[in-house]
Amino acid sequence: MRVNGARAEIPDGATVAALVAARTSGHSRVAVARNGDVVPRSAWETTDLAEGDVLEVLAPTAGG
Amino acid sequence: MADHDLEVGGETFTSRLVLGTGGITSMEALQRTVRASGTQIVTVALRRVEASADAAMMQVLDRCGVRLLPNTAGCRTAREAVLAARLGREAFGTDWVKLEVIGDEHTLLPDAVELLDAAEQLVDDGFRVFAYTTDDPVLGRRLADAGCAAVMPLGSPIGSGLGIRNPHNIALLREAVSVPVVLDAGVGTASDAALAMELGCDAVLLASAVTRARDPERMALAMRQAVEAGRSAMLAGRIPRRWHAQASTQFEGLPQL
Repeated sequence: MRVNGARAEIPDGATVAALVAARTSGHSRVAVARNGDVVPRSAWETTDLAEGDVLEVLAPTAGG
Repeated sequence: MADHDLEVGGETFTSRLVLGTGGITSMEALQRTVRASGTQIVTVALRRVEASADAAMMQVLDRCGVRLLPNTAGCRTAREAVLAARLGREAFGTDWVKLEVIGDEHTLLPDAVELLDAAEQLVDDGFRVFAYTTDDPVLGRRLADAGCAAVMPLGSPIGSGLGIRNPHNIALLREAVSVPVVLDAGVGTASDAALAMELGCDAVLLASAVTRARDPERMALAMRQAVEAGRSAMLAGRIPRRWHAQASTQFEGLPQL
């Protein structure tokens, strides 16, 4: 599994929600892409992480 | 001639200055700059969380009460831009997107083909698309026809500060579409912003000209004043240019001295 371009181990019982909680402390506006598609916030709790997943966990930054 | 508020993306604004956040040096500077600019719309990007701004940035923008315009900065293809827009909608809870599809890493000029493709897909998906584009009036019309909420031609390349290189094209583009036209990119100083408004643009979007100025807060105020002055001048109607002088004092009654 890769998260934000780096290899990552899948923890037990890992969901997108758990990944977001572990990586985005302080951020309230977060978006997640899994294998090239948006994972809606409403599906974070029910989306399990799997071997080979490519994930992007994003937060706001200055720009544009 | 009476003025009216800016209507764009289904909402109404009294300010015609849109601020980008790129290059801001501190959260304190961001707050002072946004306040001085009087802006009601601020564009923001998404990045990997390790490289993103401190969460305080959003707190500052929330406190300022500005409307957020997520952007697709850094995208190079329609596929990337459409995904970035959908991620922005998810993160910020808005169907507004500043669509940016870059075709060249040195000039950061838009890729017209990918841009139009992405715009059509996003409009179909229910987005209010603010399309960052070249100053080509024909492409501008194609974007407006595709259903974009606003067409945002560049004055010159992003961050170049070269001002408006082809004012005629900006005026032609303004004539060619009925949706709002927002001059986006290239503004270096206040007179550039004023010129954009004099050419008929409905608003100006800028970032670097303020964030990289020696005194961003003062430059933000200058831009606010320039946008207001340019808008007033456009509404008032400039006089025609003449080759030779035209005396403003009557000749009749001139004494023989």
